[in-house]
Amino acid sequence: MPKEAIPAHVYALCSVLSFALLLLGWSALTYGKYVPPLFLPAPDEIVRSAVTLFAEFGLVTDIIDSVLRVTAGFLLAAAIGVPLGVLMGSLKVCEAFFEPFLGFIRYMPASAFIPLFILWLGIGESEKVAVIFFGTFFQLTLMVMDVTKNVSMDLINTAYTLGVSQRGVFRRVILPASMPGIVDTLRITFGWAWTYLVVAEIVAASSGLGYMIMQSQRFLKTAHIIVGIIVIGLIGIAIDVFFKWLYGRLFPWLGKGGTA
Amino acid sequence: MAAKLLVESVSKVFGDGGRAVTALENTDFTVGESEFITILGPSGCGKSTILKIIAGLTEPSSGRVTLDGRAISGPGRDRGMVFQTYTLFPWLTVTENIEFGLEVAGRPKAERREVADHYIAKIGLRGFESAYPGQLSGGMKQRVAIARALANDPQVLLMDEPFGALDAQTRTVMQELLLGVWEESHKTILFVTHDVEEAVFMGDTVYVMTARPGRIKARIAVPLPRPRSYDIKVSDVFLGIKKEILALIREESWKAANSLELMGDGDEKDV
Repeated sequence: MPKEAIPAHVYALCSVLSFALLLLGWSALTYGKYVPPLFLPAPDEIVRSAVTLFAEFGLVTDIIDSVLRVTAGFLLAAAIGVPLGVLMGSLKVCEAFFEPFLGFIRYMPASAFIPLFILWLGIGESEKVAVIFFGTFFQLTLMVMDVTKNVSMDLINTAYTLGVSQRGVFRRVILPASMPGIVDTLRITFGWAWTYLVVAEIVAASSGLGYMIMQSQRFLKTAHIIVGIIVIGLIGIAIDVFFKWLYGRLFPWLGKGGTA
Repeated sequence: MAAKLLVESVSKVFGDGGRAVTALENTDFTVGESEFITILGPSGCGKSTILKIIAGLTEPSSGRVTLDGRAISGPGRDRGMVFQTYTLFPWLTVTENIEFGLEVAGRPKAERREVADHYIAKIGLRGFESAYPGQLSGGMKQRVAIARALANDPQVLLMDEPFGALDAQTRTVMQELLLGVWEESHKTILFVTHDVEEAVFMGDTVYVMTARPGRIKARIAVPLPRPRSYDIKVSDVFLGIKKEILALIREESWKAANSLELMGDGDEKDV
């Protein structure tokens, strides 16, 4: 039935089943020789490639380089985007000034700016960080703005009648009320930051997961490409788990059955 | 009774030009020290607007409001307010919510705790001190909201249909609870409602408002003795007042219903 709850073990079983089916289909295609290994290597080939990549090709360095780049670009976007979004969501003047502008740039593909960034910043780290920043900043700011806009006016008015000043309302009501939404926005945009990382590293890089994937394609090492993609997926899951844990820690009042 | 709060020819118009709606027209009334006023009217009669103007959350289009002789300009802690919607801060516990106003005012922790403890006992929420609002029922939330407003020790308490979202049983309990708390502090209270029985049961004076544009249609004194318990709701005096008000309200509700229809027609012509 739609929306009806199911037992926890059934839920877990279904989740595992989707991965198992993927593996099953993959094995059937490869071990059954329906697809040549050049296009899709068998699962055991992937495992062997992963071991080689970690042991001989310094995959750990690539991972660290990529994580640093994503984190730098994302933190920069968050450091500017969160305060700006909160201001835009609370002060109509700020919204009127920034919203049309951000909305305009938001539709420009970040990857199309790569040639410009290379021209302006060269092919070093700052260019990659700029791509990630550009890919996440505008969406992040607008999403934070929406979260802040949704803070109930009655909640703010209540604070006024309890003696809070217009400035104080930011710290005492608007920020704590929008914090869960902001953390959720950060979780979602961090995922997008990874997408832009690969775009940034495919062009003019000499390390990182995107670079590794690009090089593997050049030498037709299909298994290495797949390992790179899986590693990015695993990092993504780890980050998601981290944010969910953080959410529970920061907002115990949400876990206890209520929004307001 | 000395005039505590003075509302003088206050009007409020929302919007401008052809779309302007007069929510409140030339409203005058006086509230005495420690008086419990109830304001009764059909939906959309501007009764909430009056409270918001007194609270300083909305500016009147004309007229003025004075509290203890001083004109009101903006919200302040001398006028506490309880809303119909649930407005507890969800990230704060019951105790922290009640302490909120005192904390803003920079009162020492020991004093805050003492005041909060007092009100938690008063509203019967012992054992829920560290619960979050999400764990409370609607009635409990409104009790905490009342305690939070009172803990700040305001001059006037403004209540905008505070029990409007509660079921009938809970509402009766809350009315008696509020009267119990009031007997102790005798705060000046303005209580807005659309429930006739509630207005008569709670108030020293009931102001009946007209349909939009809102105005005070009648001022009705409620000479029922205090403390009141729910059994006076079947006394002859109570029923007499209720009957009188129902007649007044019926007239206004018809007008409100008709004017809504008229407004509907008007909108179509605009388009």
